[in-house]
Amino acid sequence: MEELRVRRIREGTVIDHIPPGKALKVLSILGISGSEGTVVAVLMNVESRKLGKKDIVKLEGRFLTRDEVDEIALVAPTATINIIRDYEVAEKFSLTLPKVLEGIVRCPNPRCVSNVPGEPVVSRLELVDPERGLYRCHYCGRLVEVSEMEELLLQ
Amino acid sequence: MSGRDLVDLEDLDEGEIREILRMASGHDPPRATRTLDGKILGLAFFEPSTRTKASFTSAMLRLGGSVVDMGEPSTTSLAKGEGFSDTLRILSGYCDALVIRHKLDGAARYASELLDIPVVNAGDGSRAHPTQALLDLYTIGKIKGRLEGLSVGVLGDLKYGRAANSFILAISRFSPKVLYLISPPLLRPRREVLEALRRRTDFRIVENPRDVIGELDILYVTRIQRERFPDPEEYERVKNSYVVDLELLKEAREDLRILHPLPRVGEIRNEVDGTPFAAYFEQARNGVPVRMAVLEWVLGHGGA
Ligand SMILES: [Zn+2]
Repeated sequence: MEELRVRRIREGTVIDHIPPGKALKVLSILGISGSEGTVVAVLMNVESRKLGKKDIVKLEGRFLTRDEVDEIALVAPTATINIIRDYEVAEKFSLTLPKVLEGIVRCPNPRCVSNVPGEPVVSRLELVDPERGLYRCHYCGRLVEVSEMEELLLQ
Repeated sequence: MSGRDLVDLEDLDEGEIREILRMASGHDPPRATRTLDGKILGLAFFEPSTRTKASFTSAMLRLGGSVVDMGEPSTTSLAKGEGFSDTLRILSGYCDALVIRHKLDGAARYASELLDIPVVNAGDGSRAHPTQALLDLYTIGKIKGRLEGLSVGVLGDLKYGRAANSFILAISRFSPKVLYLISPPLLRPRREVLEALRRRTDFRIVENPRDVIGELDILYVTRIQRERFPDPEEYERVKNSYVVDLELLKEAREDLRILHPLPRVGEIRNEVDGTPFAAYFEQARNGVPVRMAVLEWVLGHGGA
């Protein structure tokens, strides 16, 4: 049987337990396009005990910080972050939903002022219920669930 | 620099709401004062409303200030392709406080963040209309002697109607005995309003006003618009169930009082006007004292 062609990384970040098929979304949220020149390994639909199937992203030479990663929770709430130094897990953390999403997710209400094209207004959703993953639009009050957000992500 | 915004009643605590109501009673009936002498109020009604505009104008003139009416900026500046934020910034150079009305949800919040001068929301989108809600509360305090512990019914378009939404959120903060939300299923309040209510008060969703009319201290009536119904036949079928007439009021308690933000289009029959139930003309008269209080409050003349 052919061996999986992704080695362990020496230094960098492994994002594990991403729901299957969401790896590219995770990269897009992190703003990683591949043009950075560093090694990026993407594994999709790998067998997982916890999730059945999962995606994994490995970033060689890049250390993500907590502040950078929380937005990943919007598309991959189950993801875990492993910071690797010298092939060992040096630090490990799970994701918490960001308190405020500014300019990241559009308000689903078409009559909301934050959706006026050409206006210099930045969308702003505030976390009101972390248990239920519920956000509220700062401008119109509309409630938005994390599960709705994938379609509302701004570029 | 003193001054604050009135964008949404949800931003104020109960103490601040009571303070404005107390200031309003000091202006009832409205008499000329000079507290805002030399101040200029700008009126930016992106969506027309002759009465609300007249009410703010009257209030400002009573306080010794002046008014600059920006016309309908949506038909002037926007026609030239100018953005909303540019228009607002330019208008704000002409006045000490700006009253804004707009069809979009959150327009007044956005304006308040852009501008350094106080912004008063005269209705934006389908939720916030804080000066209307204040005058509704003021009217209830005046005719009932209290805001708390009342059985209140709100009837009509509870989904899109901004007066109804503002009123529901406002009265829910004063511990109603029970709050009945009376509407066709299609026009029930939106989720964010129900979520807010759930944390505050005992409320019940009702389809037919006949089921609860006998319990009410206050019935707040709003219009149900034909355009809200995808199926015109559905509208025709339900509209008569939400008309307030003497027949419906047979079951009402003697001290029931009916409010309506006006204008009405047949949802309260004229035959009700001469009865003690009708409080909506009194309510309309309270617009000026309440807006006088609001203008003093935002421009930093509030409190004793
Ligand atoms: Zn919104």
